[in-house]
This record gives sequence, C-alpha cells and structure tokens, in this order.
Amino acid sequence: MNGRFMDNLPKVYGLYTGGFLVFIGLMAILEQLGTPADTLGVLFVAFTIAIYATIGWLSRTMETGAYYVAGREVPSLYNGMATAADWMSGASFVAMAGGVYFGGYSYLAFIVGWTGGYVLVNSLMAPYLRKFGCYTVPDFIGTRYGGNTARLLAVVVLVVASFTYVTAQINATGTIAARALQIPFEVGVWFGLLGILLCSMLGGMRAVTWTQVAQYIVLIIAYLVPVFWMSNAQDFGLIPQLAYGGAVDRITELEALHGVGTMMPSESFPGLRALTTAHSVAPDSVLASWKFITLVLVLMCGTASLPHILMRYFTTPSVKEARRSVVWSLFFIFLLYFTAPALATFTKLQIMDPNLATGIIGKSIAEVQSLEWIQKWSSVGFLAISDSNADGLLQINEFFMRGDIVVLATPEIAGLPYVISGLVAAGGMAAAMSTADGLLLAIANALSHDLYYKIIDPEADTRTRLIVARVLLVIIGAGGALVASLQLSSILGAVAWAFSFACSGLFFPLVLGVWWKRANRQGAIAGMAIGFIAGFWYLYHVRFAGGAPFLGLDHLRFGIVGMAASLIAMVGVSLATDEPDAETQAMVDAIRIPSGKTILDES
Amino acid sequence: MKSSSAHTEHWERTRRLTFITLGIWFFFSFFIHWFGAELNNLSFMGFPLGFYMAAQGSPLAFVILLLWSTRKQEAIDEECGVAE
Repeated sequence: MNGRFMDNLPKVYGLYTGGFLVFIGLMAILEQLGTPADTLGVLFVAFTIAIYATIGWLSRTMETGAYYVAGREVPSLYNGMATAADWMSGASFVAMAGGVYFGGYSYLAFIVGWTGGYVLVNSLMAPYLRKFGCYTVPDFIGTRYGGNTARLLAVVVLVVASFTYVTAQINATGTIAARALQIPFEVGVWFGLLGILLCSMLGGMRAVTWTQVAQYIVLIIAYLVPVFWMSNAQDFGLIPQLAYGGAVDRITELEALHGVGTMMPSESFPGLRALTTAHSVAPDSVLASWKFITLVLVLMCGTASLPHILMRYFTTPSVKEARRSVVWSLFFIFLLYFTAPALATFTKLQIMDPNLATGIIGKSIAEVQSLEWIQKWSSVGFLAISDSNADGLLQINEFFMRGDIVVLATPEIAGLPYVISGLVAAGGMAAAMSTADGLLLAIANALSHDLYYKIIDPEADTRTRLIVARVLLVIIGAGGALVASLQLSSILGAVAWAFSFACSGLFFPLVLGVWWKRANRQGAIAGMAIGFIAGFWYLYHVRFAGGAPFLGLDHLRFGIVGMAASLIAMVGVSLATDEPDAETQAMVDAIRIPSGKTILDES
Repeated sequence: MKSSSAHTEHWERTRRLTFITLGIWFFFSFFIHWFGAELNNLSFMGFPLGFYMAAQGSPLAFVILLLWSTRKQEAIDEECGVAE
C-alpha cells in the first residue's frame, strides 16, 4: 500500500484537492437551499478532520524509521507543503492580518522575520542535519558533541520552546472548534486535541507528514479564496496582492480625516482594541528602527532553531532534496504571508472609507449597529461599539475589535456567502492542528528517543520505544490542553516567546556544530545552559519583575540577550578547553559533503 | 575524485557561496528596513517603498535568493564530485 501511495502522490493529492473543491461547491448549493449557517460550519470542520484522521489511520506504522522520519522518502515539493503547514500556526492564519491591521508597519517585522529565517535554515542548518542522519535535533547535539549532558540540555530547551508554542496552538484549535461546533471553549480544547492525536499517534512522522500536506492545501485555499473574491467583488483589483498600493495611500488620507493616532479611546473592553496606529508610517527614530530589526533577528534565528521545523528536513530522501524542500517551504509560506498585509489593508479600507458601502466609521451608531456582521460578532464578544462622546456617530476611537476579526469576518464584511466563512473556519483549524501536531511530535520524539532510548534504556526494543513515544505524545498533548484550557496568555505573546527560547539555547550550538570544528562539548554545554538561563532571566526581569528593558529589548526580544550570552559562552569555553578529538573533526568534515553515508545508521 | 583536496575545494566554495547568500540576506533583512522612513518617501507600484519592502519585497527577495543559492550549491556539489 505504501509503495503504491508513494508512486501516486500527484494523483492522490490532485484528487484530494479536486474533492475538496467539490465539497465547497456542495456546501454552496446547500446554502442556497437554505441550510443554516451553523450546520455548514459544522460540516466544514467535521469533514476536514475526518479526512485528516483517515490519513493518520492509513499511515500507521510500527517501524522506527517511518515513525521518526517518515521513512526518509518524502519528495521536496510535498515536504515543502508539509513544512509550510507545520510552520503556519493558528496565529499566522487568524492573527497575522489582524496584527498588521492594528500594528501597521512595525508589525511587518513578523512577516520579514518569519520568511527570512528560511534563508538561515537553508544556508546553515537543514542540508547538514539531513546528512547527519539524526532522528531528532537533540540527536545531532548529543552525537556531535558527545555525552548525555549536552543531549539532555538540548532536550530541555526543545521542550520549553515547543511547549510554550503548542499550548497556543491547542488554544487556537479550541477557539475555532468551539465557534464552529457551538460547544464551550473548555470542551473545544479537548476536542481539538483529539483531532490532533488522531493525526499523529498511530503513524508518527509519517502520518503527520501526509496529513500536513492535506492541511496545507485546505489552509491555503481557505486563506486565498476569500481575499481574491473580496478584492474582485469590491473592484479593488484582479490580483489583490499587487493592487493594494493605492489602498495604502487612501488609508493615509483617511487616517488624517478620522484622527487615527490623535483620537485615543476613552473606554476599554477586555481583549478588544481600537485603531490608534498609522498603517504605513515607518519607524523614524534609531530606537524604533532598532526595535524593528531586533524583532526580525529573533524571529529568524528562532525559525532556524525550532526543532519541529528542522526535523521536517530529516524526512527527505537526500541532502539535495532537503535543500530544495526548504525553497518550496519558503515559497508556500510566502503565498500566505504576502497576502496577509493585503487583506489587512483592504479590510481597513472597507471599514474606514465613507465612500464605500461597507464603511462604518463616521456613520450613525444606530445604522452601524443594525448591520448583521456587527451584531453577530459583538454577540460573541469579538467587537464592541460605544458612543463615548454621545454624538450619535461612530468615531474611530469608539470602534473596538479583536485582531482575529480581520480574517474571520472579512467574508461577512464584504458580503460574501456564508460558505466562505465555513471555509475560513476549516482553514484556521487546519493551520492550528498541523502546527500542534508537529510540535507535539517534536517533544514526544525528543523524550522517547533522546531521553528514554539514548539515556535511560539503550537496550529497549523497537516495540517498547514506539509504545513509549505514543504514551508520551498523549501525556504531553493532555498537558498542553490543560494549560490551554486555563487561558493563561494571549496567542501571540506565547508564540513569540517560543522563538526567543529556541534561539537562546539552540541557535549557536547547532550552527557552530557544523560551521566551527573547534566547537567542543564543554563549549556547547555552556552555550546552551548560559544562553537559555540568560534569556529566561531577562524575560523574567522585563516581564514579571518590572525591570526596565535594556536598549529597548522588551519581552518579545529576549532571545537577543540569550543568543549573545550563548555565543560568548560557547566560543569562550570552547577555546579555553581542548579541541574535539580527530574522530569528531572527521565527522564534521563528513557532514559538510552531501555524498556518502549518513553519520548515524538507521536503527 | 573523493580526495581530500576535492573536499577542501568543495568546502571553500560552499563557504564563499554561504557568505554571499548571507550578505544579501542581511541587506534585505536589516539594512533596508533601517531606512524604512526614508524609503517611504519613494513610491513603487503605488506603494510607499518602505512599506512595500517589508510587506512583500523582502520576502520575495528571500524566495529568489534561495532559488539562486540552491542551484549554485547543486552546481558546486556536481563540479566537486560530491553530489549524491
């Protein structure tokens, strides 16, 4: 079955994509026949999850090679799609356009950082780690530097960074499931976890790979279709991504008219914001520019250190395919990321422009409150309108909303049929599930392979190892769902922290492991421990202890401090101790060359 | 073919390509965004240029850069006889 499936990938996923489009058409017909919107939402989410679960079931395996690295037979194009789904989280899908909407230019640092990081992945990491032939990222650290201490430290950094990230993803699946299926959030979280585990538990990396490809197809269709449709329905242009320059200028005019940045809100609603930042004004002070580029740097180095991304490149058949699949990954990610600012711009224009039928700012409060989408989203607490100055008109500082609205409500603002909203819910679910799957697997694999098999019980047989891996997956997933159900932090705060944790502890030990032969065990241990502790301390200092940020480095950028400490410690300690033995140096030489056998044998 | 001098040459060329790639990466990641406010005075396809570069230009440059450097690296691997 596996052989035939692998030979027919284009046909299988072509049919799947066609089937999904037919399903959308079917939903559109059902809507015309008068099926209630809620039912369509349920059908969209249930149908897509059923497909992912089926793929997960068909990909079940009891071989370690298939469980840990999908048998190393994933072609670059498909690995690119899987990585893009693995990468683009619920936050990318739901919150990124909203971030640009509220943050304007300075938020674009996320777009630059989360794409440019792949240049580092391609140039410094992925092909060399593939040649190494490891199962997990700590596997590389543990073998390159030798000894259980280095391996264990890598596991600790991986678990902290990935767990920070995964709770946000389970939170997002819970939010979407709760909204689409009309169930309470606390139930939605556990329902989401069930869907996630169905995809990953039986088949490990192999199952996650093939579900992620399916999830990418759903999420990219769900993101692009509404934007193209809206752009054409509202006459903004055929290809929205190329046509929003004029809209950016028009928003600048409207900002002056409506007083964006000068009229501050006098009330506040929990979780909601009024627009106060100009759309396209760039940082014009040294500190502001510095904050922009330090955020870019943290996000890029974090990208290149996050194990759930790096381990995707272990699944390709060769070093060359690993490299090519990084290019595909970036391309597939680019498709969504260059659309997000276009969506944010058009949504803002539609809300702000009094010349458009959709404009609400400047209209009478009563008129705005009678709009269907305003009623729907304010009833669930996603937006609020308050006539603060009691003049009967809606000003910019009287309109409050959640950033997520930009993606979730666009179809309704632009008056598109409900079937598009159902599609968006399915896309958000796919984005959050695929990332959660990758993260849970990264954590569980590191614990089962590096901690259990390599450190605790090297004699364990394959069956025991794979059972341990699955039990850990369930336990960690349940832990993540438990934390998510407590709703401790907002989606993006936690996501950005994961990047800083990862780059504080892992960036230099990984890069220098390939690029600096002189790097040794003592240096790597110092680099991981001191970088991670310094980053952690700085986060505590600026976020919880009320300390003043040093050089404008706030809690989103604590990775800068961690990385600096990590680099100094690693280089200093390496130079102060003996150079690695000849065997290790020969190993580094072998990693640098694509041909020949991998360093680690498959076992 | 697989002598250590071929390996040395391969690594020399790989390293040079990586430095060039990272130089271009640095330019589009940090250098131009440092001057975002100045670039915003220029217009490109109707966009303020600074905004365009952050929203679209730099990500597009990264895609093209990776396409180019991956091809280059494959050529280096072939020529040095270390391709798979």
